[in-house]
Amino acid sequence: MSCERIQMAHGNGGKLSHDLVKNIMWPAFANDILGVMHDGAQLNINGARLAFSTDSYVVKPLFFPGGDIGKLAVCGTVNDVAMNGAVPLYLSAGFVLEEGFPIDSLKRIVASMQHAAAEAGVYIVTGDTKVVEKGAVDGIFINTAGIGQIMDGTRIAGQNARPGQDIILNGYLGEHALAVMSERHGLEFPQTVVSDCAPLNGLVAELLFVVPQIAVLRDPTRGGLATTLNEIASQSQVGIMLDETSIPVSTAVQAACDILGFDPLYLANEGKMIVFVDKEYTTEVLRIMQNHIYGREARVIGEVVAKPLAQVGLRTGIGGVRLLDMLIGDQLPRIC
Amino acid sequence: MCLAIPGKILDIQDMLATVEIGGVTRKISLMLLPESQVGQFVLVHAGFAIQAIDEEEVRKTLDLFKELEQYADHDQ
Amino acid sequence: MLIMTNDQVKAAADFFTQEIIRLAGEQPLRLMEVCGTHTVAIFKAGIRQLLPKTVELVSGPGCPVCVTPNEYLDTAIAYSKNQEVILVTFGDMLKVPGSTSSLAAQKAEGADIRIIYSPMESLEIARANPDKKVIFLAVGFETTAPLAAATVLMAEKAGVKNFYVLSAHKLVPPVLRVLLMAKDTRVDGFLLPGHVSVMIGMKPYEFISDEFNTPAVIAGFEPLDILQSIYMLVKQIQAGTPKLENQYRRIALSAGNEVACQTLYKVYEEADAQWRGLGNLAGSGLAIREKYRGFDARSNIPVTVEVTKEHAGCRCGQVLRGTMLPTACPLFGITCRPEHPVGSCMVSGEGTCGAWYKYGAGRWQG
Repeated sequence: MSCERIQMAHGNGGKLSHDLVKNIMWPAFANDILGVMHDGAQLNINGARLAFSTDSYVVKPLFFPGGDIGKLAVCGTVNDVAMNGAVPLYLSAGFVLEEGFPIDSLKRIVASMQHAAAEAGVYIVTGDTKVVEKGAVDGIFINTAGIGQIMDGTRIAGQNARPGQDIILNGYLGEHALAVMSERHGLEFPQTVVSDCAPLNGLVAELLFVVPQIAVLRDPTRGGLATTLNEIASQSQVGIMLDETSIPVSTAVQAACDILGFDPLYLANEGKMIVFVDKEYTTEVLRIMQNHIYGREARVIGEVVAKPLAQVGLRTGIGGVRLLDMLIGDQLPRIC
Repeated sequence: MCLAIPGKILDIQDMLATVEIGGVTRKISLMLLPESQVGQFVLVHAGFAIQAIDEEEVRKTLDLFKELEQYADHDQ
Repeated sequence: MLIMTNDQVKAAADFFTQEIIRLAGEQPLRLMEVCGTHTVAIFKAGIRQLLPKTVELVSGPGCPVCVTPNEYLDTAIAYSKNQEVILVTFGDMLKVPGSTSSLAAQKAEGADIRIIYSPMESLEIARANPDKKVIFLAVGFETTAPLAAATVLMAEKAGVKNFYVLSAHKLVPPVLRVLLMAKDTRVDGFLLPGHVSVMIGMKPYEFISDEFNTPAVIAGFEPLDILQSIYMLVKQIQAGTPKLENQYRRIALSAGNEVACQTLYKVYEEADAQWRGLGNLAGSGLAIREKYRGFDARSNIPVTVEVTKEHAGCRCGQVLRGTMLPTACPLFGITCRPEHPVGSCMVSGEGTCGAWYKYGAGRWQG
């Protein structure tokens, strides 16, 4: 049945989100740069190669273990810019505030943003603040846009995956999604479940400095690892084969997923990145990542294969193969 | 109809148990398994404990699966 | 609880796979798993990839979402339009299409529809909203029905007066009997739902081997459980000795959970039920007993339901009986996709067709 109204699933980063952009935004704004459909645009302005990205943050609850909407708003855009092989430099921050929103909460959020920006080495140089009537937004919504300089000698694009490349992930999946969910569903998580929200631009810079040959970088946010890899497989017209036993998921995250019927491969992450690189550079990439605070658990989780085209497979613990599609609807608690 | 997972009972108050699954805790009803004891492993489905898990039987299954290693043909 | 190293799991899997290949030989076999959770578990573990092409795994009518007829969805949707009603449902039901709409679409239009993980949450919602009528969509087989019954008893005890149940509970053994009696059914063995057996035990399944000479194994849900169960079925078929076996012994006891069954039959009684694609099957469902009718939504809250329409080309019935593979349905992947399902078999990854669509036909063509 065709949709006449926006449903929640249109915002979850999966197939419906993609279709929305493809069927409504893209035809309206059509241009070559948008057509690349990476997280962020790569621009060439009088010879200067720049990366430009934007994101809006509407997370609830506003404050969660490991972070808050402010930290997310800075790290999310910093990471999107970095995933273009760029050094993020400047951010804008737009706030939409609900009438009645506590000033103390705003102070906390803004302090958080500054803290994250300082760690990332970026400056918030322009912004805007609007206030709307009670009920028109839920507390606070933040939009950030970021601009950065693409590192010399790099060419990062979703179209660059090729057979013969390893796929590397820097750590545990699902931590952010679970941390945000910890207040819902009546589950109590151990202290270890904390959002992985972090600025990855430092790690990206170190990697690209030593291995500018890296082909693809992406952060698996909404829609999770599976959705992100599907996007890349499709853009590059290659196949991807993952190894289930190599993909790191903590016991607590796996337990929560088992209870609710969620799949960790489709959960959002805010401090994770995927690296596609020719196998000859894998050892070096792992060395750099494992020596970095945000890459200690880095490991190879799969490889690019020649066929089947645009499909992502997962070799399971028993030696079978599971086809991993992109996220279609929202993940909802199931009994079945 | 069948998503259910094992958890350990940490404490019981009236017919409600605090059950721990992989570090995650949740309140579970014991209405369908009233004889449950603290320390027991139970199978949990949609907020209710539905069966006690016999650790001895689990061990037997585990041993069986582990033993199969010697019978599997490994020349791939 | 089965803590094993990756190598141990692989070795056990190798053993079962090799034995299945050896025992199955050239004989084409069709095994039916009767549980939505098994459908998903089999795809997630990538089991079809390991089986010889001669061993076909089909899904039966054991997904409560798939067998729910349009009429039930239409009724739920009609209730959701009532401003006094809060509809409470498991996530599984949200996207299931009715004749012209779905609960997800109604939610987008502003209906108060809430997703819960446990039926107990509906009592909390009822207590927190005393001026509203809270209707719980009670779907599920024998694993879930006792929970709904227990919740009704809790509501009675606590004096909660605004909690209602819209029941569509169904029973597994009766539908299997109907399948076995049908002329076009060709099933060489059944993988039975392990968690239904946790409730009802082994006895209700004995007729499968006793009366119909068909092998059946009560199966658990870990990848090794499923592999072992397939191995046990193939072994039975090869030996020509059909019987009922319990692979899930460590959790499903042969006597089942008697307290759960007593609780269930205190509140519910067997009744005829409508199954999508299978029609009305006698004694295959559950209806609230007279004594607890005060909790029955249909008896207490008037509702006008639109005339139910089934989509003309929908083949859910044949898919549910295992006589048609999802890919053979003319609507599959074209008109009927997870984003816009025609029949309930296609709703995300939980329905048979949805699982085939999402996981591919189960074999990686690398």
